[in-house]
Amino acid sequence: MSNTIEELEKQFQEKIDNEIKIEPKDWMPDDYRKNLIRQMSQHAHSEVIGMQPEGNWITRAPSLRAKKILLAKIQDEAGHGLYLYSAAETLGVSRDQFIQWLHEGKAKYSSIFNYPTLNWADMGAIGWLVDGAAIVNQVSLQKTSYGPYARAMVRICKEESFHQRQGYEIMAKMMAGTKEQQQMAQDALNRFWWPSLMMFGPHDSDSSRSSLALKWKIKRETNDTLRKRFIDKTIPQAEFIGLKVPDPDAVLQPDGSYKTGSIDWDEFWNVVKGNGPCNKQRLDHHKRAHDHGRWVREACIAFSEKQDKRKAIAK
Amino acid sequence: MNNSDNQGPLWEVFTQKKPGMAFKHSGSIHAYDKNLAIEAARDLFTRRNEGTGLWVVKSENIIAVQPKDAESFFDPADDKIYRHPTFFEVPDGVKHM
Repeated sequence: MSNTIEELEKQFQEKIDNEIKIEPKDWMPDDYRKNLIRQMSQHAHSEVIGMQPEGNWITRAPSLRAKKILLAKIQDEAGHGLYLYSAAETLGVSRDQFIQWLHEGKAKYSSIFNYPTLNWADMGAIGWLVDGAAIVNQVSLQKTSYGPYARAMVRICKEESFHQRQGYEIMAKMMAGTKEQQQMAQDALNRFWWPSLMMFGPHDSDSSRSSLALKWKIKRETNDTLRKRFIDKTIPQAEFIGLKVPDPDAVLQPDGSYKTGSIDWDEFWNVVKGNGPCNKQRLDHHKRAHDHGRWVREACIAFSEKQDKRKAIAK
Repeated sequence: MNNSDNQGPLWEVFTQKKPGMAFKHSGSIHAYDKNLAIEAARDLFTRRNEGTGLWVVKSENIIAVQPKDAESFFDPADDKIYRHPTFFEVPDGVKHM
């Protein structure tokens, strides 16, 4: 079967249209591969960098229960990063290369993690809002056209729902507490609400990559569709525990959905470009941790080589 | 070991949910040797009691059919529809077969 590029592309699109998943060794257009490498590595980096804002509060968790839960959640994020790196590596890029691109600033991670976590209420806001937004996105991505990515998403979604519940529980507890605790919870919501909405990316009308990603079913739904789903779910959750989203224009519509105010996209692009409150701190910390782990990797390599040699001699 | 990748070789992980069930591919991990591989696989894939059995195998030891060969490779199964029970006619009124 000898095929021209046009024929291969046609067959590829037919598979996509018929909901047949693409597997690593299958033929795929270069841009499909590039698009996936960018999106999946950004997703993996977000899981890993996302451990930092929460790691900030492990030693200061208010109870042993809260500390154990937070540790388990952060361990899950590490695991999700590993699922995603492995899935992305099937596209022919090594793990070391992905990390190098992150360190060089060539690969991005979600901008939400460039905001600081100032107090314990922020652990509630992150679990509830940031993980909540991530779940909406990831549930949709379970049906993405690339097999390894879809499989990683299914596993991640199974584990993620506890994250959002633990965040909401923190918020609910604080709202049932003292006046100061209630103010802390509202303040955390005020700071994380808009950045959470930005997690879904630019409006559909400004999203240059979206149409191709939708045609190839890398993305299954548009940024605005997913954002709206999150808003409609989250505002009633806020109101249920006495919180108010910091959007004076948010109005309930007759159909049960919400009309909301406009997002400050200047802030979004400013943080994406590296000028958020914690961009430098997050990346510096990742580089430092990676460098400090070098001797462990080298020792492991030396040990495995020694074992191989011993085995060879024994034979 | 590939010097360009400092994370150790790739391993494929298979978990068995409970005794009697088939082992199922869970995903891949990097690890430097078999002991580290099986521990990393436990930490990554069985944190919520997802497994009572665990296998790891170096990815390079897996033999796979390449997609371009798949059509001809699986071809012999195409013309043997009599291997399926629906191929056969069962007289009306015969039950439980």
